[in-house]
Amino acid sequence: MDHAEIGSMGARAISEGIASKEFSAREVTEATYARIERLEPAIHAFNQLTPDLAMSAADRIDALVAAGGPLPPLAGVPAGIKDNMNLVGTRTTCGARMLEDYDSVYDCTAVRRLLDAGALPVGKCNMDEFAFGSSTENSAFGPTRNPWDLERVPGGSSGGSAAAVAAGMVTIALGSDTGGSIRQPGALTGTVAMKPTYGRVSRYGLVAFASSLDQIGPFSRSVEDSALVCNAIAGKDPFDATSVDTLVGDYTANLRSGVEGMRVGIVRDMLDLEGCDPEVREATVAAAQLLAEQGALVDEVDLPTSRHGLAAYYVIGPAEASSNLARFDGIRYGRRSPGAEDVVDLYMRSRAEGFGAETIRRIMLGTYTLSAGYYDAYYGQAQKARTLIAREFAEAFQRFDVLLTPTSPTVAFKLGERAKSPVAMYLSDVYTVPLNLAGLPGVSVPTALAPSSGLPIGVQVVADHFDEATMFRAAFALESSAGFVCTPARE
Amino acid sequence: MSISRADVQHVALLARLKLDDEQVTLLQGELDAILGYISEIQKLDLSGVEPTAHAIPMVNSTRPDEVRPGLSREDALRNAPEHAGGAFVIPRIVGVQEEA
Repeated sequence: MDHAEIGSMGARAISEGIASKEFSAREVTEATYARIERLEPAIHAFNQLTPDLAMSAADRIDALVAAGGPLPPLAGVPAGIKDNMNLVGTRTTCGARMLEDYDSVYDCTAVRRLLDAGALPVGKCNMDEFAFGSSTENSAFGPTRNPWDLERVPGGSSGGSAAAVAAGMVTIALGSDTGGSIRQPGALTGTVAMKPTYGRVSRYGLVAFASSLDQIGPFSRSVEDSALVCNAIAGKDPFDATSVDTLVGDYTANLRSGVEGMRVGIVRDMLDLEGCDPEVREATVAAAQLLAEQGALVDEVDLPTSRHGLAAYYVIGPAEASSNLARFDGIRYGRRSPGAEDVVDLYMRSRAEGFGAETIRRIMLGTYTLSAGYYDAYYGQAQKARTLIAREFAEAFQRFDVLLTPTSPTVAFKLGERAKSPVAMYLSDVYTVPLNLAGLPGVSVPTALAPSSGLPIGVQVVADHFDEATMFRAAFALESSAGFVCTPARE
Repeated sequence: MSISRADVQHVALLARLKLDDEQVTLLQGELDAILGYISEIQKLDLSGVEPTAHAIPMVNSTRPDEVRPGLSREDALRNAPEHAGGAFVIPRIVGVQEEA
């Protein structure tokens, strides 16, 4: 097995190849790191590589094969993990100076479940600091570059996970999504990127950004792999009281059942938003057409309140973040500033030195909108807008099984292009945040390359709460008919 | 500017962030632009609408109240910038001014 081979294989082909002794998990691991050695210097998808952990996981798989025992579903599949999820034996930096040396003391449930399903922990993936950003330029350890064009960003905040999968350095990766941080980088890197229903996957061991919005989900190069990872990580966890015990099915079971008679709503007014690239709009309309050709009943729907989702999100997200990030005070873990005069001075210096510009901006924004005299005008109002947005989706799902929107209004943009204007950067999330506000599952499916740039475009498939199965079925039909293959030009 | 320099300094104190003058100036402009954008939610008619704090309906999530091992003291202190005698070391909180 060589590095190019592993770079294009899917999860099932890898685990079946190991089971049939075509190659060993150790060979998979060696080919993976050989590929990383070639590609990683230009891309910088990882903050830490963990070959010792991956190799011992591979050896356990190979021992199972030798013993003739049954293999777990993701046996020997190379996986990346976003660097805001704890795994014992790794640092969990959140892309922040504040946590540069933070040594994980317990395992994130979703990561533990992924590894229990046989996946190999290849490394911790780069991200915007504390997941604040849409380009991965806010990492304290330097930006990640898009494998399709190294002058462009991979999106964010899970840009390292997205780039690692797109470049074939891993087969699957976990990301986290608070306002689009899985789906938007998925669109910008031509990967399948999925955010489950809020509560479907435990958040235990994920460093909190906005607790009512955060959710962990997979990146992959196929819808089937996305469903396989979802199978592994979904389900109730006693350590996360917001995780839900709603039945988790086998998400791969009905992937090939087709979309005959499926009611598909194309969200008209989202397509018409100012700032949506015409090529993105055309690709979304073409995706609806592909489903219609397979027997889906496609109609238009408007979600007029959802366009205000972005404004509501940039109140609620920073407000929750400012509260969650209060724990980084230089006392129990994280950076401590030397030379503080007293304990308040210690807090203030440690936080100012340990946090980057965007983190400070979000904390300031959240603290302001929660502060006396402004709470009702911002936070209270945003929570009410959230109710209207959720209601609007609930009404749409009385008429439709799935909804289609663009994932990102544009293809990947150039490094530095939006760095000077926070609001321009925030607009990257206009199509993704309404789902977090409403708690809905969504997956970005790459369907086309933009004619003008050759860069991938993603279409977002949205389903009702806990109906990931229908979402995956529509996504699979779209993937099969669109014929998109994730092969960045730099192969 | 809808947000004053004094507002920025006040919020920085609330958020426990030591900002220099240059950062205050920069943040005043940035926060003003962001607040200008997010103020659009104030134009929505939301009278009579209940706020949503949690998107998935759920009441009380309980689990059996059983004794089980938690984080060990060693693990809890592993990332501490400074610790001694099984405790976190911090600067003095009370009595500093009295001594001075």
